[in-house]
Amino acid sequence: MKLLAIDTSNRPLSVAVLEDTTILATTTTNIGRNHSSTLLPIIENLMAQAGLQPADLDRIVVATGPGSYTGIRIGVTTAKTLAFTLNKELVGVSSLAALAGNVVKEGQLVVPLFDARRDNIFTGLYRIENHQPVSVIADQHVSVTEWVQQLAQYPEPLVFIGTDVEQYATDLQAQLADRFVRAQAQLDLPQATVLGLIGRQLPPVEHIHDFVPDYLRLTQAERDWQAKHPEKEHAPYVEKI
Amino acid sequence: MEKQNLILAFESSCDETSVAVIRNGHEILSNVIATQINSHKRFGGVVPEVASRHHIEQITICIESALQEADVTYEDLDAVAVTYGPGLVGALLVGVNAAKTVAYAHHLPLIPVNHMAGHIYAARFVKPFEFPMMALLVSGGHTELVYMQADGQFEIIGETRDDAAGEAYDKIGRVLGVPYPAGKVIDEMAHQGQDTFNFPRAMIDEDNYDFSFSGLKSAFINTVHHADQIGETLDHNNLAASFQASVVDVLTSKTLRVLKQYPVKQLVLAGGVAANHGLRERLQEVLPQEFPEMELIMAPLKLCGDNGAMIGAAGYVQYQHQQFGDAALNADPSLEFDWMPGMLK
Repeated sequence: MKLLAIDTSNRPLSVAVLEDTTILATTTTNIGRNHSSTLLPIIENLMAQAGLQPADLDRIVVATGPGSYTGIRIGVTTAKTLAFTLNKELVGVSSLAALAGNVVKEGQLVVPLFDARRDNIFTGLYRIENHQPVSVIADQHVSVTEWVQQLAQYPEPLVFIGTDVEQYATDLQAQLADRFVRAQAQLDLPQATVLGLIGRQLPPVEHIHDFVPDYLRLTQAERDWQAKHPEKEHAPYVEKI
Repeated sequence: MEKQNLILAFESSCDETSVAVIRNGHEILSNVIATQINSHKRFGGVVPEVASRHHIEQITICIESALQEADVTYEDLDAVAVTYGPGLVGALLVGVNAAKTVAYAHHLPLIPVNHMAGHIYAARFVKPFEFPMMALLVSGGHTELVYMQADGQFEIIGETRDDAAGEAYDKIGRVLGVPYPAGKVIDEMAHQGQDTFNFPRAMIDEDNYDFSFSGLKSAFINTVHHADQIGETLDHNNLAASFQASVVDVLTSKTLRVLKQYPVKQLVLAGGVAANHGLRERLQEVLPQEFPEMELIMAPLKLCGDNGAMIGAAGYVQYQHQQFGDAALNADPSLEFDWMPGMLK
């Protein structure tokens, strides 16, 4: 199986081309350039280096979020369109699961974390089982305080991973004491190779048209509207004219 | 027979996701438009993040329908065109990335199109352009006079100094309790009423080609609020008629002024507000009186709003000039035409 994996969920960008479990080519950057400008040139370059045409691919795997709304839309739009237009398989993987997959220690509890501003984070709890991150507490948008409470029932060491852990490290350490374990810096960037290896084993999506990012949050405007109109439905919101 | 040219064109700059297939730059084989009006009506205007989320839900559905309705396959296509600005950045990014991906997947050239050029070329579906040409572009985000010496050459001669005309319609619509987007309903109300309020005609006598609508908007809102305070009920149709009369007077008189200075063969009326009947009727009435030789081309009503077809028509001109983009193409939310040299103050 020839597979292209894409992660643009946050500031890091990672792309990989795999053939079965062999990594043919990969690039990961963390330079904050606009993903819309850089993603497709990197895909073109890696595919060319791997000697592949777009039509040679069997499957596209993409990190579906959570993360930057614009970031995940760039990756998901590209992956969804590529799979649709070439009639290829499409697989979505949680951006948090993909990051947790950087940890290889069997049985380890892992907490991948992305900043969501105003003391909120996107996070989830994973355990490494048979070399795969398995969800223990579902991905969510949550305050740091509430997240620490959810983690209270796990007495084991928790490996925190992600470039955004740094800004919450003092807080987390204060509350979790020696259960707080900081992942090594080289594990902090998501690797599309890991994403691809996770995604190659998952069933492809059935309806590509319905494939959208996992934002894990409604927009502010929709939350406000729902609060004012709890029983009202205006859907369908989009109509063909 | 000459080989036909087929362009797959994408538009996602605001609240419509659209994909079209255009033959030889002026024939619509398909023009699929998914509008989000029903969603943004909840908020009284377009919410950018909500718009972006709808675009990604719709984009591949629109591609599929556009190809099916046109009865063509990717092998038949010559190029992919896409709006890359101006517009909402998150919304633009969905179209730009989808279009780039289709171009890459099928080894097709990519044509980056200015959304406002697209609006002008909506009129190309009526008849071929003759140059020099002037375009009056009126939409929710823009109000400008654009001079064209030739296909694909755009020079701004005048524009709004504050609100766009369509924006003013939406704002006074809110005051009258008309749901977003207000333009069509205000236009209908205006036809039932009379210009009794005599709102200001901003900058109408000034010796330039610029517009201003914020003063009119304020005068309108003050009139309504004052009436509310003293418990007076104003006739909404007359309010709408008075507002529209001011907008149409200003647009028409500035356009006539510019045409005296820059004689052209054709005047194009385009953009979302070009669907306004008051504006269409007035131009049809006064242009033949003032410039009997000049031809008025109004964008078809169905193509005044945002759509992929107009992007395909504008893209075709760029295809002929081999103006292609590459995989690094990004959205440019504040893209605009250059000013005519010497016109920028």
